[in-house]
Amino acid sequence: MNTLFDKIWDAHVVNMIEDGPTQLYIDRLYCHEVTSPQAFDTLRDKGIKPFRADHIIAMPDHNTPSDQQEEITDPIGRKQVETLAANCEQFGIKHFAMGTKDNGIIHVVGPEKALSLPGMTIVCGDSHTSTHGAVGAIAMGIGTSEVAQVLASQCILQSKPKTMRINIEGELQNGVTAKDVALYIMSKMTTAGATGFAVEYAGSTIRNMSMEGRLTLSNLSIEMGSRAGLIAPDEITFEYLKGREYAPKGEAWDKAVEEWKKLRSDDDAVFDKEVTYQAEDIKPRITYGTNPGAGIAIDECIPTLESIPEAEQGQFLSQLQYMQFEPGEKLEGHPVDYCFLGACTNGRIEDFRAFASVVKGKKKAENVVAWLVPGSWLVRKQIIEEGIDKILEEAGFELRLPSCSACLAMNPDKVPAGKLAISTSNRNFVGRQGPGARTVLASPLVVAASAVTGVITDPRKI
Amino acid sequence: MAKQKFNIIKSTCIPIAIDNCNTDLIIPARYLASTTRDPKFFGDAFMHDLRYDAQGAPVSDFVMNLPEYSEAPHEGVHEIVVGGQNWGSGSSREHAAWAISGYGVRVVISSSFADIHRNNLLNCFVLPVIVSKEFQQELFESIAADPQTVVTVDVPNQTVTNEATGKSESFSINAYKKHCLMNALDDIDYLLTQKDKIEEYEQKA
Repeated sequence: MNTLFDKIWDAHVVNMIEDGPTQLYIDRLYCHEVTSPQAFDTLRDKGIKPFRADHIIAMPDHNTPSDQQEEITDPIGRKQVETLAANCEQFGIKHFAMGTKDNGIIHVVGPEKALSLPGMTIVCGDSHTSTHGAVGAIAMGIGTSEVAQVLASQCILQSKPKTMRINIEGELQNGVTAKDVALYIMSKMTTAGATGFAVEYAGSTIRNMSMEGRLTLSNLSIEMGSRAGLIAPDEITFEYLKGREYAPKGEAWDKAVEEWKKLRSDDDAVFDKEVTYQAEDIKPRITYGTNPGAGIAIDECIPTLESIPEAEQGQFLSQLQYMQFEPGEKLEGHPVDYCFLGACTNGRIEDFRAFASVVKGKKKAENVVAWLVPGSWLVRKQIIEEGIDKILEEAGFELRLPSCSACLAMNPDKVPAGKLAISTSNRNFVGRQGPGARTVLASPLVVAASAVTGVITDPRKI
Repeated sequence: MAKQKFNIIKSTCIPIAIDNCNTDLIIPARYLASTTRDPKFFGDAFMHDLRYDAQGAPVSDFVMNLPEYSEAPHEGVHEIVVGGQNWGSGSSREHAAWAISGYGVRVVISSSFADIHRNNLLNCFVLPVIVSKEFQQELFESIAADPQTVVTVDVPNQTVTNEATGKSESFSINAYKKHCLMNALDDIDYLLTQKDKIEEYEQKA
């Protein structure tokens, strides 16, 4: 009567500290340039080397520019990227350098190279590590002290979270994507609704969801407060992973699949919390506030002040003041300045196919600046092989180079103060896309529709 | 980051009554592009974009800039932040914990913390204390009425007391982490003593 989470967790317990945390073995550590330099310093302070360097993969993604990758002009960002390369060189860690075919956003590259596999424990100093849970793994974001712990011992100390199953049942409506499902769940249970829990997504909607869609959904688990978002591996998972660069091959593959098939919650497994949503209730979504849970269906209005509990009205109004929106306002038809397709949330091939399907034969609105940023060089290659770049080009869009780009204002792709961006990224926090920038989160379809009309647009209507 | 042994902390507080105060607010992303471990660098960036305007001038009505709360933390003064609920949500950046620690804060009190940030605080020797919403609300009210309100955080006995009202609550922390905080011990030092067990696990796996 174990949950999927229990099965993977229990298989990785090295030691249980009495009245303390569990010492958990980590199969895969990913490092990027932002949250690793001080962890490598800790190794040097202590005069030690990584305990299992072959379990570690590193790549820069946050500081990498998306317009050119000859050099990083910002000296501080450049130093961080160079520091990662030097640390990997010193400690013998596999490093996918900026501008090479292996590089991209960690949470896109890991699954697409089958470096993240079912049954694994995976950590990275990045909250969106939850993404990798979509292959049927425990994948969690950690802090830099914990990165140092894993470097030093291949283990971390963690208290076991509670478990929650979120079931989505039925068929998604036309124009509704995994992103909308995630934004819907967040608005239902708030951005702290899953704090303290590891979430498993289940139900018929998930079983029919593509691997790319599942990765998007797991990616956004942290925006509900959950560090981990797991999906039991199935034929869709195996089909996605098979033949990829680091996937087991031949007999080893067959053996692995047999083991992976056991990675599902038992029929009588009991979760600490269980919720069920109906796919037919979900429409294309947008956010109106400064946390991802502040969202509505695209054809709804922002809540009125009276509909908000009195204790929350002050913070509701301060969010709207930052966003320059009014209570009760309809956002459909509201002009946008910037459109961003990309990030670890929606930077995969399916997202570019979706975007292209909307803009094909149309033209980018003149008032809009659009950044279309593949999540990895592999995604970019596939975009070109499928001729998607031509469709985008004919519609007036330019395909950029792999990077975290406009998700978090750590590279040149910053939204200027006061400008409104409609974005496939994961956070609409104050200043997230640049100091003073305003962000509306949405799916690739909504962003595409808005990019050709210049206003927030329901993709079902064009 | 500074490792100070914990015992009993008695201090005035800085009230930051922002719910869902995410780590992007605690330290904006541009301060992440650093390779330093200088506490002052991160302390200066704590709540930066609410403390300072785009020109770098202090925002006069932000709580940390009000005369009654602007004194830099030192023993007995402003060593405690009282935060809104869901404190530290969002990005896993430990830089947020470094900012809090670098500013001189030793305890953050809230009714709820985001999971990753809570661990990061502990690893940076800042104690997250979870209290009831009622206690949190009353504490905000006590501080508003008298900014000199003292709170006592007794780590050995795991109690937190609002000295203005005399109300006290117990808070939870596991025995292992309590021992680490009271003796300034790191998780990494513990793990380095476990090599045999780790290798044994690898043999079996």
